Amino acid sequence: MKLYEMTACEAAAALRKKEVTSQELTESVLERISGVEGIIKGFITILESEKILQEAKKIDKLLAEGKKLSPLAGIPMALKDNICTQGIPTTYASKMLENYRPSYDAHVTEKLKEAGTVLMGKANMDEFAMGSSTERSFFHPTRNPWDISRVPGGSSGGSAALVAADEIFFSLGSDTGGSVRQPASMCGVVGLKPTYGLVSRYGLAALAPSLDQVGPLSKDVRDCAMVLDIIAGHDPRDSTSAKSKDNYVDYLGREVKGFKIGFPKEFFGEGLEEPVKKVIMEALAKSEQLGAEVDEISLPKTPYVLPCYHLVVSAEISSALARYDGVRYGFRAREGDTLSELYRQTRSRGFGSEVKKRIILGTHVLRTEHYDDYYWKALKVRTLIKQDFEKVFRDYDLIATPTSPTTAFKLGAKNDDPQTVHSRDNYTRAANLTGIPAISIPCGFVEGLPVGLQIMGRPFEEGRMLQFCYALEDMLGVKGYKPEISVEGGH
Amino acid sequence: MLDLTEEEKTLYREQIDLILEYSRLFEELELEDVEPTINVWQLKNVLREDRAVSSDSAFLHNVLQEAPDQEEGYFLVPLIID
Repeated sequence: MKLYEMTACEAAAALRKKEVTSQELTESVLERISGVEGIIKGFITILESEKILQEAKKIDKLLAEGKKLSPLAGIPMALKDNICTQGIPTTYASKMLENYRPSYDAHVTEKLKEAGTVLMGKANMDEFAMGSSTERSFFHPTRNPWDISRVPGGSSGGSAALVAADEIFFSLGSDTGGSVRQPASMCGVVGLKPTYGLVSRYGLAALAPSLDQVGPLSKDVRDCAMVLDIIAGHDPRDSTSAKSKDNYVDYLGREVKGFKIGFPKEFFGEGLEEPVKKVIMEALAKSEQLGAEVDEISLPKTPYVLPCYHLVVSAEISSALARYDGVRYGFRAREGDTLSELYRQTRSRGFGSEVKKRIILGTHVLRTEHYDDYYWKALKVRTLIKQDFEKVFRDYDLIATPTSPTTAFKLGAKNDDPQTVHSRDNYTRAANLTGIPAISIPCGFVEGLPVGLQIMGRPFEEGRMLQFCYALEDMLGVKGYKPEISVEGGH
Repeated sequence: MLDLTEEEKTLYREQIDLILEYSRLFEELELEDVEPTINVWQLKNVLREDRAVSSDSAFLHNVLQEAPDQEEGYFLVPLIID
């Protein structure tokens, strides 16, 4: 087994036992990157090898001195390119921030630095995290390691593909409506959206501030818990940051007998591809074998999730993106000799098409004469959706659904057909609107393409969620399958 | 303020109409007495004293370095008033 094939936990254990050094792990990952990155294209920026290795050697020295470091010290990783890294390009995959080098680190960047992890580079994404295929990156699309003629999902498609291709041990993404979970599902890795407020958003480029969360993408459930242990916790610089935090790894391996799991019938109807459904139902049957009680439940407000999501997200986007005006940072159009002309030119030329569309929708629904009909109503519907979940969680510990109704689709196939786009992405939105934690774990394959199972839990109960997923992962037996990356493409 | 091509206008109109049309589904719901959810945990504003956190000139310098145009500690923009 090559070093880069190990999970983060296995690599960390080998480091502690002095079987390997961080330098060797990093060299192994660099070798892998030089082998497959030309095909996968999961990075926007890869740091200079020399600098990365210097960092790794520094950690090796600290470990040799017996310095107490986090369990993931010395492990190579990547960050989605909307997470600020001091002095290192942070582009949001947009022309608007093409040359932006932040003067500060995001909270999660600081945490991972303190923990001694080794940053390899910045992962590709849809521009400003708007999209679900990573094809909307200003730079280039990323390919799915399981079939390079297909997309990795999105918007954290680079973060997911890099983990699936063993180019890094883990990564961080961001999730506003499924942007960690959906690519995790399509690339066959674990992806978690934590409870709103569990992880600080300081230094994460805002998309929709009441929905955004940073979350880990990893090779297995244990790695996910280990990363969450590092990045979760209060940060006064994000006033929505919560004060609760747990020790997530402690939950792993505990008994899951008696867990009550509900699967909502609304998620298993029209639009869900039959073979995907079959894989999900098999995973539910295995949950029963673990001693969990699995029942069909109902979330009757599910049909309202999508319009509610689109109105809330667009309204927040139009406000959050007002800051990109060509004055303080980022792209500035050189034409125009008045300030308002500068704004107009900068924004018209700096933003891509999807971004402009959402800004226009957002400003439209926020206009005084429409405010009550659209935005305000959507916020009320959001309350009803939340109550739906609260009711179910009175009787059930977890809710299980497919993460996505389909496996990864072909590059270029998705186009701009809003109808397809909407139905495809419907399963992940509710967790963002309601703030609850949700995770996608690989649970099987359809024609060689991975299928993800989404598990949602009560607010701040990531521990129990991970406990269950850890047991189920073992039972499912799909962990450890690796894609064979070939230029041929398959399916 | 955004300039759009004719092509973009047609495409956006189509897609935006679709989403707005979607929201007609809300008419089926009784919303009169429902409280809106602006933030999921209904958080209160967190305020602090209006005082500069950093007077570190190197930090200020770095922040200004990110600007497309700057001069003597100020962001430079085109003429605002003739």
